[in-house]
Amino acid sequence: MADEVILLDFYCSMFGMRVRIALAEKGIEYEYKEEENLLDNKSSLLLEMNPVHKKIPVLIHNGKPVCESLIIVQYIDEVWKDNNSPILLPSDPYKRAQARFWADFVDKKLYDAGRRIWKEKGEEQEATKKDLIETLKLLEGELGDEPYFGGDNFGFLDVALIAYYSWFHAYETCGNFSIEEHCPKLIAWAKRCMEKESVSKSLADPNKVYDFVLILKKKYGVE
Amino acid sequence: MVEVKLLGAWGSPFSRRVEMALKLKGVEYEYLEEDLNNKSPLLLKYNPIHKKVPVLVHNGKPIAESLIIIEYIDEVWEGPSILPQDPYERAMARFWVKFLDEKCMPAMWKAFWSTGEEREKNKDEAIEHLKFLESEIKGKKFFGGDTIGLVDLAANFIAYWFRIISELVGVELITDDKFPNLSKWADEYINSSFVKENLPDKDKITAFFNARIRAPDETKYFPKA
Repeated sequence: MADEVILLDFYCSMFGMRVRIALAEKGIEYEYKEEENLLDNKSSLLLEMNPVHKKIPVLIHNGKPVCESLIIVQYIDEVWKDNNSPILLPSDPYKRAQARFWADFVDKKLYDAGRRIWKEKGEEQEATKKDLIETLKLLEGELGDEPYFGGDNFGFLDVALIAYYSWFHAYETCGNFSIEEHCPKLIAWAKRCMEKESVSKSLADPNKVYDFVLILKKKYGVE
Repeated sequence: MVEVKLLGAWGSPFSRRVEMALKLKGVEYEYLEEDLNNKSPLLLKYNPIHKKVPVLVHNGKPIAESLIIIEYIDEVWEGPSILPQDPYERAMARFWVKFLDEKCMPAMWKAFWSTGEEREKNKDEAIEHLKFLESEIKGKKFFGGDTIGLVDLAANFIAYWFRIISELVGVELITDDKFPNLSKWADEYINSSFVKENLPDKDKITAFFNARIRAPDETKYFPKA
């Protein structure tokens, strides 16, 4: 029986991008459904498939929904494991725990700082910029001299973090700073990831992300 | 030689989750109590990022974050499975524990410690979240089915700690009539012999939260409201 895979998503969502990358890495065919009016009018399908959070991404596999991007990526990794495609989570339990720990760290720290940076001004924004850079530096430290967070191979933590790269231009423009200036190794890693088709085809255009941030700013009354 | 250490705190539900998981697997470990007002160099060395308990140290290698630690324990040691085997069921278990920690816990906590109109608003939010848990536990003895699983371990704060606070601050969230299934689960969970032996002393917890009621600005290990 052929698998039916549907992804409810939103072009600019870094969480959605993670799932797109994982599906591409595994060579899974799926139907992409864009939530056109995510901010103001969520579709009945989304509300039915994710009644708890009403958020994208949602992976619908043979009619059954899976929610939360990192949970979806792990699900994809566990279900589609025998088709000669790359395995995203490390096979060693300790390395797996570390990958999960850092992915959790990304969502706790980077997401939060990223959210604040386009809303804030002056001193507040300066403090948030500092937080964001410190967070990225810690991640850079974790990468070390390896080509990927997964070591020689692109893995779970790479998927978790690379999606944010499409938002860097928006953060930099709103905050008037350069991430590359502070974290050159991380940017080198990001460019390396972008050489992979699964990544370059899945990430949103940074200019479109910035346009979306302008819409958000207007919606939230931020000058 | 297998060496397992756990840096924990007697009153922390996060710490107790991990202890429960270790005991479920029959793992022998050395427990090190942390004074969270005076964190040890060991804790700062093993969890420099968050500086929190619990931290599991296995053959010298640290793992932090209770739910990540429990998945690690489940993967490394034989014994009863804590996570389901089926990938879809696993995804659901992970979904619910995230929901518990990111939505239920903060909403209930805020409801307990706020006042007036804020409190009513927070209560409403907490109840909305709890309704989803009520549906999820319906027809099951434990969230894990017939046996205790990841979600039961994660929901420990609801069954024990928050019941105590609820009584002390006079904010009832999980009543028998509004949440019959969740109430039943909570009773089942804390009275199951395995869990009962591994909960912190009720009087000590009561005294701890009474102290917080008297001096709310001196927040100690639990998150600020």
